[in-house]
Amino acid sequence: MAQGQQTDYWKRDIISHEEPKEYNILNVGPTHPATHGVFQNVMLMDGEFIVSTEQTIGYIHRAFEKIAERRPFYQITPLTDRLNYCSAPLNNMGWHMTVEKLLGIETPKRVDYLRIIIMELARIADHLICNSVIGVDSGALTGFTYLFQDREYIYEIYEEICGSRLTTNMGRIGGFERNFSEKAWYKIHHFLKTYPKKLKEFESLLSRNRIFMDRTINVGPFSADRALAYGFTGPNLRACGIDYDVRVMNPYCSYDEFDFTIPIGQNGDTYDRFMVRQEEMWQSLSIIEQAIAKLEKMEDKETYFAKDPRFVLPPKEQVYNNMEALIWHFKIVMGETDIPAGEIYHSIEAANGELGFYLVSDGGRTPSRLHFRRPCFIYYQAYPEMVTGNMLSDAVLTMSSMNVIAGELDA
Amino acid sequence: MLASQFGNEIEEIKISSDMPVIHVQKDRIPEVLLFLRDTPELQYNFLTTLCGMHYPETSRLGVVYHLHSFVNNHRIRIKTVLSIEHPFLPTITTIWPSANWMERETYDFYGIIFEGHPNLKRILNVDEMTDFPLRKEFPLEDQTREDKDDSMFGR
Repeated sequence: MAQGQQTDYWKRDIISHEEPKEYNILNVGPTHPATHGVFQNVMLMDGEFIVSTEQTIGYIHRAFEKIAERRPFYQITPLTDRLNYCSAPLNNMGWHMTVEKLLGIETPKRVDYLRIIIMELARIADHLICNSVIGVDSGALTGFTYLFQDREYIYEIYEEICGSRLTTNMGRIGGFERNFSEKAWYKIHHFLKTYPKKLKEFESLLSRNRIFMDRTINVGPFSADRALAYGFTGPNLRACGIDYDVRVMNPYCSYDEFDFTIPIGQNGDTYDRFMVRQEEMWQSLSIIEQAIAKLEKMEDKETYFAKDPRFVLPPKEQVYNNMEALIWHFKIVMGETDIPAGEIYHSIEAANGELGFYLVSDGGRTPSRLHFRRPCFIYYQAYPEMVTGNMLSDAVLTMSSMNVIAGELDA
Repeated sequence: MLASQFGNEIEEIKISSDMPVIHVQKDRIPEVLLFLRDTPELQYNFLTTLCGMHYPETSRLGVVYHLHSFVNNHRIRIKTVLSIEHPFLPTITTIWPSANWMERETYDFYGIIFEGHPNLKRILNVDEMTDFPLRKEFPLEDQTREDKDDSMFGR
């Protein structure tokens, strides 16, 4: 293709130059508008081409794994919010499911469907940011301003359900803290009616745009076996052609009852990552609609938590009126419950890939060890291999298309 | 599910909770992991995560690997223990490059030295730090504060 031949021609100059070269050191520093988050790349540049890059992370390391060793399980949820803060409910639900797996709590179907609606909304929110930011980094600011209004609307939905917008701390171990209100359902339905049109408009701005395609096709390509070796998961791996999705491979939370397809790409370049995320947003919308249809067919419209009084907090009206509920509430909050000792690894399909929680419990009130398998941390290691030999503007686009979120890098 | 085709007799196998757990001696880790990855019947081709552990009762450190076989859709957990005075372990970056930063993180938090690692520096904490924070004896909070009373909540 003509573009490929052109870049090859430019690259030939680097390799076969006779005189000794003088390289520039460019610090794409921790605070930089192109890096979305605080992480640093010190790049050795030959003019516009990158010879090598050295990464420094840890600017937002908040010691979650250490803090989690001192907190009872229900107090760790706010920590998980702050991992991938663009899609906080996904992390929360993943943590709740991990603890439920350890404690052996089985959530009712209604809770599962409610969780799926929230998780897919969070996935849409995250992919929305990533795709509009790819547009911003290539100069197309309009898509970003259009789509962020919908992210505001998703924030309003979160607010109806749990009270906060960004770091949601949503749900309890065993379900939710309250049933979804009428207003929340109204907002979800309104979102489902208005968002497809906006998404289509955004797609029409970028996905067949000549300039965008020139800037993103063959930029930062990555082959499937290198991606597997580097531990890629999520949209980055699916863009390389491997259809690994934890929702399908190890279904959790009744995902096996839903009908959705997994989009995959071919080259693993920026355009493929953009298109995979775009298609995943459409699939998420379809999953939400299926969940709402299933919920409407159920007669039970009142359950919002699992009936396991040993570990699931009873509703507040019962705590104030009923003696048993008061005792259970006291035991759970003060930590007198019998938590089984053991170890559990549970993973969910977060917006960036397989977010795993490795929980080791020794029977005490707090975990003995909690390790987060953070997808960003693992696949960001491949960044030098993706950008060496390419131009700086391509490196910026590659980084934003990988959706590196600093909170998930550092924990 | 458990492949009984293990050629190495140097480990003990225990089945617990959600996935098979294999305890391996620390020097045989690269061999065992390579075997697990390359044997056609097993094909654990994905390193999900690796993390460190501290067992203060026996004053040992540990490393836990999680592998995932995409082909057979099977997960497995591999554990090894090291003594605190001599925390050396061979690296597996030659098998999976994704282990690079994960081993750096484990070194940063526990002080486990991976022999053969290309760049074993601290990754999340400052480079000048001398302690290994996730060991149990490292305090979580500032011990010099007098105003916090944690006797009710047992922190």
